[in-house]
Amino acid sequence: MVEAAIIVPAILNGLTTGAVYALVALGLTLIYGVLHIINFAHGALLMVALYGVYFLYALAGIDPYLALPIMIPAMFALGYLLQRYVIGRAGHGKDENVMLVTLGLSIVIENLALYLWSSDTRTIETAYGFATVDLGVALIAVPKAVAFVGALAITAVLWALMRWTDLGKAIRALARERRGAQLVGIDVEHLYAVSFGIGIACLGAAACLLLPSYYASPHIGSAFVLIAFTIVVLGGMGSFIGALVGGLIIGVTESLGGLFLGESLGKIGVFLIFIAVLLFRPTGLFGQRV
Amino acid sequence: MKSAAAIIVLLLALIPLPWLVRSDFWLNFAVLTLYYGFLGQSWNILGGYGGQYSFGHAAFFGTGAYTSAVLQLQLGFNPWLAVGLASVAGGVVAAIVGGLSFRYGLRGSYFALITLAFAEVLRILADSLGFTGAGVGLQVPLHPAVVNFQFAGKSGFYFTMLVLTALGLAVVWYIEHSRFGARLMAVRDNEDAAQALGVNVYRVKLGAIVVSGILMALGGVFYLQYFLYIDPEIAYGPAVSIAALLAPIVGGLGTMCGPLLGAAALQLLNEVSESAIGAAPGLNLVLYGAVLVLIIAFLPEGIAGVARLRIGLPRGRAA
Repeated sequence: MVEAAIIVPAILNGLTTGAVYALVALGLTLIYGVLHIINFAHGALLMVALYGVYFLYALAGIDPYLALPIMIPAMFALGYLLQRYVIGRAGHGKDENVMLVTLGLSIVIENLALYLWSSDTRTIETAYGFATVDLGVALIAVPKAVAFVGALAITAVLWALMRWTDLGKAIRALARERRGAQLVGIDVEHLYAVSFGIGIACLGAAACLLLPSYYASPHIGSAFVLIAFTIVVLGGMGSFIGALVGGLIIGVTESLGGLFLGESLGKIGVFLIFIAVLLFRPTGLFGQRV
Repeated sequence: MKSAAAIIVLLLALIPLPWLVRSDFWLNFAVLTLYYGFLGQSWNILGGYGGQYSFGHAAFFGTGAYTSAVLQLQLGFNPWLAVGLASVAGGVVAAIVGGLSFRYGLRGSYFALITLAFAEVLRILADSLGFTGAGVGLQVPLHPAVVNFQFAGKSGFYFTMLVLTALGLAVVWYIEHSRFGARLMAVRDNEDAAQALGVNVYRVKLGAIVVSGILMALGGVFYLQYFLYIDPEIAYGPAVSIAALLAPIVGGLGTMCGPLLGAAALQLLNEVSESAIGAAPGLNLVLYGAVLVLIIAFLPEGIAGVARLRIGLPRGRAA
C-alpha cells in the first residue's frame, strides 16, 4: 500500500472517534431496547452535556476528565426527570406520539441553547490538548486516545451493570416482558425512568471525553443524532455489542470517507450505510435485545 | 358536498384580503400562514391520512426549490416553465424514497428515520456539488414581473399561495371522497386488516407519498420565488421538515382544515411572542417545540379536535 502512511492514521483516528460515537449510541440503544422508543432528543441532550462540561471548565476550572463524576449523575438525573415527568406522561404510550414528544423536546432544548448561549462554537484549551502519543505506526492525539480507552471502559462497566446486578436483571426483564415484570413487583415507571437516565448518563460521559478534542455549539446535536441512529440501526436496535461494533465501523467509515471524498462529501458514506441497512437488514448486524 | 361548498365560500372570501389589509406586514403574515399551511397540507396527506410520519419532507421541498433554481440559473428556463419540472422532480424523489422504504416494509419510527436520512443525503449532495452553488447557495436575480413569477407587491404572492391552498384542499377533498382515500385511511387505521381485505398497501402508500412530494416541491418552488435564495440548510435542513409536520399536528391530523388552522395558530403565536419578548434567535422555535409537546400531551387531536367537541363538526377520520 502506497498510502499506508495516510490510511493507517485515518483508521486509528476513526476508531477513536468511533468509540465515542459508540458511547452515544449505547445510550440510544439502551433506551430503545428497554422503552422501545426512539429518542430524537438524544443529540440535543448530548449538546447540553457538552455545555455542562464546558461551563464546569470555564467557570469552575474543573478538568473535563475530572468532571466525569459530576456529569454522569447530573445527566442521569436529567434523563430520569424527563422520562418520568415529560416523555412518559405526554406520550400516552403511543409510539408515534413519543417520537414526536422527543422531537419537540429536541427543538426546545436546541433553540433554548441558541437563545441562551448564542451560536458561537466554544472550545477549551487544556495542557494536554495538543499532546500526542506515538503508537509506532501513527501519532494519536492524547485526548483522542483517552476518549477511546475511556469509552471502551464505560461500555464495559455498563455491560457488567446490565449483566450482573439486580438492577440490570430487572431492566432486562422489563425490556423483554413489561407485564411480567410488573407482576413480579418491578416498579415499571421508575425503572423506565432509570433506564432512560442511564442512557442519558452515557451522554454525560461522552461529553467529558469529547470536549478536549471537540467543541460545543447549539446545533452540534443534530450531527450526532443521525450518526447515533445509524450506529444503532447498523448494530441492531437494542444490542450493546452492536452499538460498539457499529460505532467503530461508522467512525472508520467517516474518517476514510473524509480522506477520499473530502470533508463535505465524505459524510455521505455514513448515511448511505444507514439507508442500506434500514432497507436490507433492518435488524442490523446483531439484532438481539438488551 | 356541504364541506366543499363551505371551503369554496371561505376561499372566495379570502380573495379580497389584499384590498382590505393595506399593511405589508399583515399581508406577509397571510402569505406565510398560507405557505406553512400548504406545507402542512402536503405532510398531512401522508402523515395524517396515511399514518406514515415523515421526518424528512425537506427532501421533496428542497428538490422542488433546487430544480427550479438550477433550471432558471444554469439553463435559463422561465420560472413558470420550471414549476412543472420542479414538481415532477419532487414526485420522483418521493417515489424513490417511498418505493424503497415501503417495498421493504418500513413502518413507524423506521420510516421516520429513513426519510430523515434521505433528506440528509440530499443536503450533503447540495452542499458538495458545483451546479447547486454548494454551500454558498443559489440566488435568483430580482426582476419583478409577472412573467418572471416575481411580483412587485405582496398581493401577487398572496394570490399564488391562495391558488396552491385551493389545490391542497382539492387534493384532500378528493382523498376524503374517493376509493383511494378510503384505502389510504384503512391502511392508517390498521395496515394488516387493510391488506387482508385486499388493499394493495404498497401502492396506496406510494400514491400518497408521491402526491405529498409533488405538493411539497411546489412549496419549495414558492419559497424560492418569494425569498429568491436557497441554500442546502434551508432546502434540505430539518427546519422545513419540522414546519411541515407541526402545522397539521397542532391543527388536527388527518383533517381537511387542520394544517391551515395549525399554521394560523403558530404564526399568531410567533407574532405575539415576538412583540412580547422581542425577536431573538431560536425563541420562536422554543415555543413551537413546547407547543408540539403540549398538544400531544393534552390535545392529541389538535385544534380541530377541540372544535369538533365544542360545536359538533363532522369527523373526517375514523380514528
